[in-house]
Amino acid sequence: MPYALCFLLFMIGLYCAVVKKNMVKIIIGLAIMEYAVNLFLIMVGFRSGGTAPIVDKTYIESGTQRVVANFIDTAVDPIPQALVLTAIVIALGSLALIISVCIRLYEKYGTFDITEIRRLRG
Amino acid sequence: MIPHQLSLIMESVFLAVGSTEKNSIGAGLPAFVAIPLVSAFVLPIFGKSGRRSAMFLANLVTLALLVLAIACIGKSGVYEVGNWTIAVGILLVLDGLSSLMLLVISVVSAAAMLFSTRYMEQYTAKSKYLSLFMLMVAGMNGLVISGDIFNMFVFLEIASLASYALVGFGCEHEELEASFKYMVLGSIGSSLILFAIVFVYGNTGFLNMAMVSQAIQRKGLNPGLSFALALFVAGFGLKAALVPFHAWLPDAHPAAPAPISAMLSGILIKTLGVYALTRVVFNVFGISLALGWLLIALGILSMVAGAFLAIGQWDFKRLLAYSSISQVGYVVLGIGLGGLILARGGNPAWASLAILGGLFHLANHAVYKALLFLTSGSVQMSTGTRQMKQMGGLAQKLPVTRAACTIASASIVGIPPFSGFWSKLILVVAAIQAHLYWIAAVIIFISLCTLIMYLKVQRYVFLGELPESLKHIQENRGTMLIAMVALACLCVLMGLLVIVPDLRANILEPAVKVLTDGLAYSANIIKP
Repeated sequence: MPYALCFLLFMIGLYCAVVKKNMVKIIIGLAIMEYAVNLFLIMVGFRSGGTAPIVDKTYIESGTQRVVANFIDTAVDPIPQALVLTAIVIALGSLALIISVCIRLYEKYGTFDITEIRRLRG
Repeated sequence: MIPHQLSLIMESVFLAVGSTEKNSIGAGLPAFVAIPLVSAFVLPIFGKSGRRSAMFLANLVTLALLVLAIACIGKSGVYEVGNWTIAVGILLVLDGLSSLMLLVISVVSAAAMLFSTRYMEQYTAKSKYLSLFMLMVAGMNGLVISGDIFNMFVFLEIASLASYALVGFGCEHEELEASFKYMVLGSIGSSLILFAIVFVYGNTGFLNMAMVSQAIQRKGLNPGLSFALALFVAGFGLKAALVPFHAWLPDAHPAAPAPISAMLSGILIKTLGVYALTRVVFNVFGISLALGWLLIALGILSMVAGAFLAIGQWDFKRLLAYSSISQVGYVVLGIGLGGLILARGGNPAWASLAILGGLFHLANHAVYKALLFLTSGSVQMSTGTRQMKQMGGLAQKLPVTRAACTIASASIVGIPPFSGFWSKLILVVAAIQAHLYWIAAVIIFISLCTLIMYLKVQRYVFLGELPESLKHIQENRGTMLIAMVALACLCVLMGLLVIVPDLRANILEPAVKVLTDGLAYSANIIKP
């Protein structure tokens, strides 16, 4: 169910980016798409009741150097968290770039409406 | 003579499938990313007063990358970044296909950089241009040598972001508009790819391509993975501008400065789109009949629609951009045809031949389309316009540009001694051998359409009456000429890549073998 909602969020973003005529709304749509993907990424790594994937003293079997067996079963998967941080930074970069282009376009054309920004055709 | 040559090609392709020679290079791999990445942030330090030295250094960097890429021919290697195990770490992999792509990328970027030394004098903020250019090269190099799927996405985004900024580099109305359009569609493509990567990770638990591939071989495709594959096709299709996803390309490529158009059309769409798609489809998911047909359909749609739309254009660079869509169709068609023959269980020699045709066309197109965009830049710099209706008779004023443009046109059309002829011939032979005669007919028919559009270029740009306003123009000198002449020589000589057995066995065949081996890719990386 949460996966379906996440997919719905992605589709809302896609719809917004493709259908809307206002540049700012298109950018909001793109941002929603990126949030949906990031949310999905986090949910893939989610484990209910899980612990942080960090080994401290309580997880070492006494007398040995081995990690207790149930650590693997309770720790959440750290990879999606590393991935989502990277993805957020990339999304930040692309959003900053697209917003700056949007501002320059507004300076040139005096409008945010993409139906009026139409010098290119064919 | 030709049938004899072809039989030789088949023979050696067949032989190459059986041989496993190892010539390993590992630790040098990060240099392909590190050198351009470091220089991207070092070059702006030179500032306004050191512009010349920055340009010189940038040229040295692209040439060094070219030398490195040539040194990597015929080698293979695996490098684990920071010695992490491959299940969680970043893996760099060099195999036949990667080294072919590295070679193509460095040839085109060296020529484009040489051309920009003079061409970019019309623009301000040159240090930012150099920085973005190097970032784009770093992203593309990283993409072709990365061995895990998420790292591939990161490099894809580096290259894409740099290209969005470079398309809008002129900061005029058209450039910004094209850049915005490109960025919106590009971001949608990136989101789709990331979504697919998450699906792959959720379903297999791995990001490394070899391990994902093994997991898929063990468990088979489930609906989640099939959906991921569909998302990959759409995402990489958007990056490659295959026809249902092509809307951004005809705006973005003409709007960029000419050397960047050459980079975008020549290599960016192929690295980010075609290479990534083939890698994922052939080496990770494995080719199937449906996928083979899908690639063929995308290829033919792109070929036909791109060619028809190109004929009607009057903007020089826009015509070239539509022609790129059409030519990338050939590449995808060749690779899809090879995949189809493999999936059908047909003769592997013909599958190899079809893929060889596709990859060879990729290399050829990178060179001659880059050259065409450079000549269009030279024409634009001399005349100040891109509209073909305002040109004419430039043959007497721009003799070298004209010669280069004619050679490139002859190559793209497929006139015998030039490079494009060989790749198209191989594709036609492969299609006939697969008993898909209509595909061979389409390939030849689109070649005729290509002939029409390049005759149009010759007729309206270089022949006819010289307009009064253009009487005073002069040929561009210096590095622009060197870059154009070098690429024109390559256009003539590229045919040797298939004719000379040694070159073929070292450059093209290892690349073909990576794709025909398909899922065996994973076994080369994960040693049991």
